[in-house]
Amino acid sequence: MTDQNSPADDVREVIIIGSGPAGYTAAVYAARASLRPLLFEGAITAGGALMTTTEVENFPGFPTGIMGPDLMEAMRAQAERFGTELITDDVVSVDLTAADGIKTVVDGEGTAHRARTVILAMGSAYRQLGLPDEQRLSGHGVSWCATCDGFFFRDQDIAVVGGGDSAVEEATFLTKFARTVTIVHRRDELRASKIMADRAHSNDKIRFAWNSTVEAIHGADKLTGITLRDTVTGETRELPVTGLFIAIGHDPRNELVKGVVDLDDAGYVVVQGRSTRTNIEGVFACGDLVDHTYRQAITAAGSGCAAALDAEHYLAR
Amino acid sequence: MGAISETTDATFEQDVLSSDKPVLVDFWAGWCVPCRQVAPILEEIYAEHGERLEIRKLDTDANPATTARYGITGIPTLNVYVGGEVVKTIVGAKPKRMLLKELEDYIGA
Repeated sequence: MTDQNSPADDVREVIIIGSGPAGYTAAVYAARASLRPLLFEGAITAGGALMTTTEVENFPGFPTGIMGPDLMEAMRAQAERFGTELITDDVVSVDLTAADGIKTVVDGEGTAHRARTVILAMGSAYRQLGLPDEQRLSGHGVSWCATCDGFFFRDQDIAVVGGGDSAVEEATFLTKFARTVTIVHRRDELRASKIMADRAHSNDKIRFAWNSTVEAIHGADKLTGITLRDTVTGETRELPVTGLFIAIGHDPRNELVKGVVDLDDAGYVVVQGRSTRTNIEGVFACGDLVDHTYRQAITAAGSGCAAALDAEHYLAR
Repeated sequence: MGAISETTDATFEQDVLSSDKPVLVDFWAGWCVPCRQVAPILEEIYAEHGERLEIRKLDTDANPATTARYGITGIPTLNVYVGGEVVKTIVGAKPKRMLLKELEDYIGA
């Protein structure tokens, strides 16, 4: 907190919603521009997707790698150092279209916060398989967090669903504990970056179930196996596993702004050209919420910077 | 009320199973980021509702027997014990409002 008390009825320059690399970077820039940003970190999601990753090897400036949570702690500290006010709560509703141009953001306690600009950086949420037993067996063999739960699958046979960087990173990490890790992927080759894919292919604990989707999840109290369907032949087969880690991608967290801010067919917020401007004046969007192409910590941080600069420019008009 | 105390394989019977109050046990580990996020929320709930609901934390890394006994394979898991039986299981970190709603039978309205 800086030198001034900011009652909730005060109108701020900028409110940032979301706390991944995009949100924190926007906060660093906005705070250094003396815009005294208020940033909502989320009640339980502070730090964003990187909080459940292990080593980040491709963020420039960290030649020996950095743990995802450590990177986010550092960004958070940097935002705070320049006077960002951080609130560890969710935003439950927004009003972005009031006639006077003042945006209102309501937090989980029901308090309304007002600002001239809003930067949307809500990121993305894990995609689920959509199978009926997925939730029931969540925490009983089905997991979305390899770094949290891998330890419980020591010397067991487990599976990871997905073929991107997240899936392959998780599979590689899980070989530290598991006896075997089967990567279940609907295509016949990995979508992951070459360095990650090579690492998986050369790991003798990792098997591959190519052209396969998960058709069913089995287990009374805990997971005992999954049914795979071959996407080419249509045949099904059983894979006995006691752990199933789901890493089939993410969907943009657009619930707050659906119907107000323009979204594309996949649900990502649409921005104008190379800017971060949305269809609503004074509302900017950045990070995974707008990006279905790159989705990296560094691109999210870059777009967070752009959003803060766009907001600063808008406020200076 | 003070801070939430640890329970262990050695003391679980006494701390939890024999308690005459409902006991929420937070199965956690040091490497689990969502566990670190839910911990301060549990401290708040304990400060506010500790008269009715006892809360203990169990380090799954240091206490494998209890962890295995309750089939914990995902953390954080929050189990509520009444009369030595599990009556409620909450898997994953959740915001305080959601936890209070899930626990309303044990903390009173």
